[in-house]
Amino acid sequence: MTDKRIHARFRLDWPGFALDVALDLPGRGVTALFGQSGSGKTTLLRCIAGLERAPGGQLDFDGEVWQDGGRFVPTHRRPLGYVFQEASLFPHLTVRRNLEYGRKRVPAGERRVPLDQAIDLLGIGHLLERRPGRLSGGERQRVGIARALAVSPRILLMDEPLAALDLKRKQEILPYLERLHEELAIPVLYVTHAPDEVAHLADHLVVLEAGRALASGPLTETLARIDLPIRLGEDAGVVLDAVVVERDAEWNLACVEFAGGRFWTRDSGAELGRHVRVRVLARDVSLALAPHTGTSIQNILPGTVAEIGDDSHPALALVRLQVGASPLLARLTKRSAASLGLQPGMQLWVQVKAVALIG
Amino acid sequence: MLSPGDLSAIRLTLELATVTTALLLLIGTPIAWWLARSRSWLKAPIGALVALPLVLPPTVIGFYLLIALGPNGPVGQLTQALGLGLLPFTFWGLVVASVLYSMPFVVQPLQNAFEAIGERPLEAAATLRASPLDCFFTVVLPLARPGYLTAAILGFAHTVGEFGVVLMIGGNIPDETRVVSVQIYDHVEALEYTQAHGLSAGMLAFSFVVLLALYAFNPNRKRP
Repeated sequence: MTDKRIHARFRLDWPGFALDVALDLPGRGVTALFGQSGSGKTTLLRCIAGLERAPGGQLDFDGEVWQDGGRFVPTHRRPLGYVFQEASLFPHLTVRRNLEYGRKRVPAGERRVPLDQAIDLLGIGHLLERRPGRLSGGERQRVGIARALAVSPRILLMDEPLAALDLKRKQEILPYLERLHEELAIPVLYVTHAPDEVAHLADHLVVLEAGRALASGPLTETLARIDLPIRLGEDAGVVLDAVVVERDAEWNLACVEFAGGRFWTRDSGAELGRHVRVRVLARDVSLALAPHTGTSIQNILPGTVAEIGDDSHPALALVRLQVGASPLLARLTKRSAASLGLQPGMQLWVQVKAVALIG
Repeated sequence: MLSPGDLSAIRLTLELATVTTALLLLIGTPIAWWLARSRSWLKAPIGALVALPLVLPPTVIGFYLLIALGPNGPVGQLTQALGLGLLPFTFWGLVVASVLYSMPFVVQPLQNAFEAIGERPLEAAATLRASPLDCFFTVVLPLARPGYLTAAILGFAHTVGEFGVVLMIGGNIPDETRVVSVQIYDHVEALEYTQAHGLSAGMLAFSFVVLLALYAFNPNRKRP
């Protein structure tokens, strides 16, 4: 990858917490900083924003030094946008004046995001004259995101923007974030502990644990690592980018094409040509030496065994497969792996029982 | 019913309280800001120092001020060197004493207001390109407005109500340092109870209205 444009190295030693990370992050797309609470993901984001000072830290963004040795660019001189967990709107200003607060402090020549576009993107046109106290949690958060966009940031930092919201509000905002993802040409660092947000939004995944980065890489490949099974939620699995290519109205099924083949899955109403993501869990993938007929499984694809590793239980193996250009994970017992004689490089048939369409 | 002397005392008192309150809001803001935000070990001692007038007898403050501002005191020598003369028994001497004496009544509400704002709005402002000074004027001041109102009312009222410090540092010079509380004392000493009643009732009514305003504006506020 040549577009690693953010270099960050931070060490912090606080009572009961230490952060020690060195990361190269892409200069485009959404990078999820994923981890449990206490893993240091928010602290890392705050260090990048300059809200937290990590003495001796280093931070380059797009060729500019933001922190190095004695040099420390204060937050208000960094061209970033920041979305806090609880919107943190200014209660004494209307929504409109909240949006204008940052915008009017940016030199006119650097305003690339028209205010109207930010307002439209987040669907807050009808809220402009209200005070933050009169908004719902979801509306506040949308204003917070628009306010951050209105400064035309060159990078957007989001600290668990959905965590303070209930499920309904989350689902209200997630589509807006997906639109951001599609329409925004700037990198986004997105802190979250929610697997579904990673699956929906992330292009690049950084997994943090106890102040250290366990893994950092493109989403699909990072999820498919069997040396480091990263569970997004209850189970190991991969997330693939795909396009809806066919819809079968009779059976309410949709066909999506990914880099490696096609899957049939339940039709969730996504129109043809729409870019979607699919999630395939390791437990829903089984392997066969010959293409079965007379099976209930609809998705059968040719693939190659790439790597075999241990799973969490001693009876189980996790197998990384290559299907076209895409990796998949399969979980099976070590006994079946042995009876199939699985070896890296072996060609076989990959049977996928369930594919979840997301986003 | 009010004699020309009474009217002069009232005018002087209002002047003193106005000047003192204005100065205190100016001086008290950085002190309160520092007390609200600092993690320095000096925070406790400075906080205690500012609060001292709450517990000290006014005569103690007056006494030490008299010495400090007097001809042989460090401040007195400075004011003389600057050609300002000596401050004790002048209006500006009273202002200096009042500023110190009423300091906690202004600093503490401001400090509470700043602390209540918390870290987050400042951080939000910084991510929106506002420099710390910009943020202070556009975010902190508007959010701390109730605190400023409380501080101004308390500072003003407390200055109007002071007696001991005034007597020590200002004496009892008509049109110069004789404020209402001293004037009442004089009336009582001279057994002029009618005049004492006039001024005392006025003070009583004034103080009640001020506190009423304070509680009506901020029903839930903590006492200073």
